[in-house]
Amino acid sequence: MIWVIHTLNGISFGMLLFLMAAGLSLIYGLMKILNLTHGSYYLVGGYIGLTVMRLTGSFLLAIVAAIFVVALIGAAMERFFLRRFHLDELPQTLLTFGFLLIFGDLCLWIWGGDPIMIPKPSILAQSVPLGDYVFPLYRLFLIAVGLVVAAGLWWFQQRTRFGTMLRAGVDDVEIARALGINVSLLFTLIFALGATLAALGGVLAAPILSLYPGADFEVLILAFVVVIVGGLGSLRGALVGGLLIGLLDNFGKAFFPQFALFTVFVPMAFILSIRPTGLFGSR
Amino acid sequence: MSARSRNAIALAAAILVVVLALPHLLKPYYLGLTSKMLIFALFAMSLDLILGYVGLASLGHAAFFGVGAYTAGLLLLRAGVGNAIAFPAALVASTAIGAGIGLLALRARGSYLLMITFALAQVVWSIAFGWRSLTNGDDGMPGIPRPNFGWSLDNTTGFFYFVVIVVAIAALLLAMMVRSPFGLALRGIRESESRMQALGYNIWRYKFVAFVLASSFAGLAGVLYAYYNHFVGPEYLSVIQSAEALIMVILGGAGTLIGPAIGAAVIVFLEDFISSMSERWTLILGVIYVLVVLFAPRGLIGLFDDFRTRRARP
Repeated sequence: MIWVIHTLNGISFGMLLFLMAAGLSLIYGLMKILNLTHGSYYLVGGYIGLTVMRLTGSFLLAIVAAIFVVALIGAAMERFFLRRFHLDELPQTLLTFGFLLIFGDLCLWIWGGDPIMIPKPSILAQSVPLGDYVFPLYRLFLIAVGLVVAAGLWWFQQRTRFGTMLRAGVDDVEIARALGINVSLLFTLIFALGATLAALGGVLAAPILSLYPGADFEVLILAFVVVIVGGLGSLRGALVGGLLIGLLDNFGKAFFPQFALFTVFVPMAFILSIRPTGLFGSR
Repeated sequence: MSARSRNAIALAAAILVVVLALPHLLKPYYLGLTSKMLIFALFAMSLDLILGYVGLASLGHAAFFGVGAYTAGLLLLRAGVGNAIAFPAALVASTAIGAGIGLLALRARGSYLLMITFALAQVVWSIAFGWRSLTNGDDGMPGIPRPNFGWSLDNTTGFFYFVVIVVAIAALLLAMMVRSPFGLALRGIRESESRMQALGYNIWRYKFVAFVLASSFAGLAGVLYAYYNHFVGPEYLSVIQSAEALIMVILGGAGTLIGPAIGAAVIVFLEDFISSMSERWTLILGVIYVLVVLFAPRGLIGLFDDFRTRRARP
């Protein structure tokens, strides 16, 4: 039974990683930007959620506010900073790293250095019986949210007009532009969408993982591992990679605490050496 | 004697005078800071060998810096051997890790290369951070002894001279390397890979050798920094350190050796100066990243060149 608990824990963490990796992957797939600020979107989103939760007591409002603010930050970064260095990876990476430092320090300044948890919404604060154990309902909720977001993103990509434009842009930006697609708007919106997913991840993670300085780096690094394992630019890769890394991380921490991070990185290096483009990456 | 070699001798003499005078001019604190600048100048120059001369951007260069430092630290503190073994072993280890990471990473290019070097460096970091019984985890290992060649390195002046000599030899080697046929081939690869391939150069082998050499020099800088602090910790290997090397190179000017050295000195000085007045150094460093990318993409050397051409053609 303890295996079931660990597995469910791993899957729920994997869903959070999926939210992070999906945004990274979307942004990379379309714009080839390695967005290191993605970790900040998670942390800033979480902290804004925290403040709104303290003010209003509403978890839903916390999520909405975090998404709104962070999507604006993402859109502004794309439009005013990253756009002028289109396909020039070094300046883009340095810019996003600079913003990662700036937002990290601003969060430390505003919210302090101690880990803070957002309380779980009361309906989700219970536990459900699972054989001889009990399992927190909130983690099951995370799994459900992850699945809903995955389905929503798939529908958006495959079944909507905007999703078709996105796929066209991923395949060939120049041709997409020549066909009359507003690529410039597409870039900004996809960047905002990626930021949205990270902010959602930040608020959802806060009740179980808490918010603290440095969480931005930790989650960013795991999200990159997911993307490398799953394949850049692939939504399916982000989901499978997220679950895989979530499980590896959980079982690693449970059974080999000394080598907790190692259980995540060694499979990554292995996949990298036999399939450099990841499990589901094209090219 | 040609004007060029006369200039070189004049420059060398000037540097020698400055080096001999510095310990008398600077307070010990600032002499120590100068040693740190030199160490990071070497670290930045080693990155520039691949970034500026081959055009390979790596976000994992601190892995080699850290492996050099950790190897020396582990051998000196855990295995109880002397610096006569630990120092060369550290260089061998960082070179070997460079070869391993190079084999995996160099198939990629552009932003994918940045991501893979980042992730692989993180593997090394996770070992240093996680293997507490060996490395003390995030507490790091204090008490690393400096080598002893009959002159004491435990005072600031002695250590300064040691760093000057090591960094000068390394910089000379790097300068000879980038001017050699090998270095010219690297620049050719940076300008046009396909053309160099057509000329019969084995592109991958050149990239790989450059990458491994850059790792060795980064490892050397790492050992020096372990001596400097008498300490090594996981932050030596972190992505923050890797990114800082990148910004030093870009701030100074990629594709020259003097540029990254200047960039490193500026960043080290600013870190010391601003940290002494404000707790917000990280914030300011982030702003420096943004400003450099926006306003000095070719670095201080580039700004200087622009200024000169503008003066020359009014």
